[in-house]
Amino acid sequence: MELKDISPDQVIFWQLGPLSLNSTIVFTWAIMVLMLLSSWLVTRKLTSDIHLSRWQNILEVIVTSMQDQIREISHQPPGEYLAFVGTLFLFTSVSNLLSVVPGYTAPTASLSTTAALAICVFVAVPMYGIAKRGLRGYLKQYIQPTIFMLPFNIMGELSRTLALAVRLFGNVMSGMKIAAILLAVAPLIFPVLMHALGLLTGLIQAYIFAVLAMVYIASATRAQQERHEKEGKKGDES
Amino acid sequence: MDSVSLIGMASIIAGGLTIGIGAIGPALGEGRAVAQALSSMAQQPDEANRITRTLFVGLAMIESTAIYCFVVSMILIFANPFWDYIISRSGG
Repeated sequence: MELKDISPDQVIFWQLGPLSLNSTIVFTWAIMVLMLLSSWLVTRKLTSDIHLSRWQNILEVIVTSMQDQIREISHQPPGEYLAFVGTLFLFTSVSNLLSVVPGYTAPTASLSTTAALAICVFVAVPMYGIAKRGLRGYLKQYIQPTIFMLPFNIMGELSRTLALAVRLFGNVMSGMKIAAILLAVAPLIFPVLMHALGLLTGLIQAYIFAVLAMVYIASATRAQQERHEKEGKKGDES
Repeated sequence: MDSVSLIGMASIIAGGLTIGIGAIGPALGEGRAVAQALSSMAQQPDEANRITRTLFVGLAMIESTAIYCFVVSMILIFANPFWDYIISRSGG
């Protein structure tokens, strides 16, 4: 990616009429293939023996720590959220971490990828909320505490989706831009340091993206439950 | 001054001001948040895990305002629509 290109969408590999294959799509496919193949290879010969392979070990560590995080954040069993939130985390973190590979541009440095991920969250939150609390219960949270809060609640829902998309995009893109600028200014050692810092922020941003998605889902599924518990407690005290 | 250099000058100055001023608020906010988190971790070391996680999420939320400013300044400098328009009109 050149310094001038603001997003990897503009780097086009292959063009056929109106169809163009830009680097975002190519690298997204590459990540999908890589993750699918590696998880297929690892899960092909799972064992519950004491002697397990290294790859099974690391996969188990990743999955169980994701489960623990989800359980801590949502105070709910992680089963139904693990697939969605875990996929978000794995995809974003792998796509950010692979930027150590030369010639690779992270698909998350393009606003289209992050907007797609944020829209997934935007759709998943009401789905989980309705599945957990029913349509009435879910819609009721929009008019809490009063009906006047309705426009603000809807605006909040939209703006946090935008914030999710732009935050991930801005962070990854800024890391790549800073590396590119430093490569032009001081090409000896500094770009390596900034690249390492970029790896750290990439991983943190992936974590934050998944945690925020989980927090939104938890707030859509849990608010009612907590209120009931509080009212129950109040009833006990009085 | 012709419009090409005017637009170039205006967008570079605006880009610098955007990220410069836009970094002040989030920096102050993040400093306050980290200071609070550190003092509460000193008081309750047992809760350090939860505090750290909430701190990271909060920092990301605060930082996003700075990131918006960064994106706007990047657009002003590298993908300025007015600049592209004037260049395409004058250069043909």
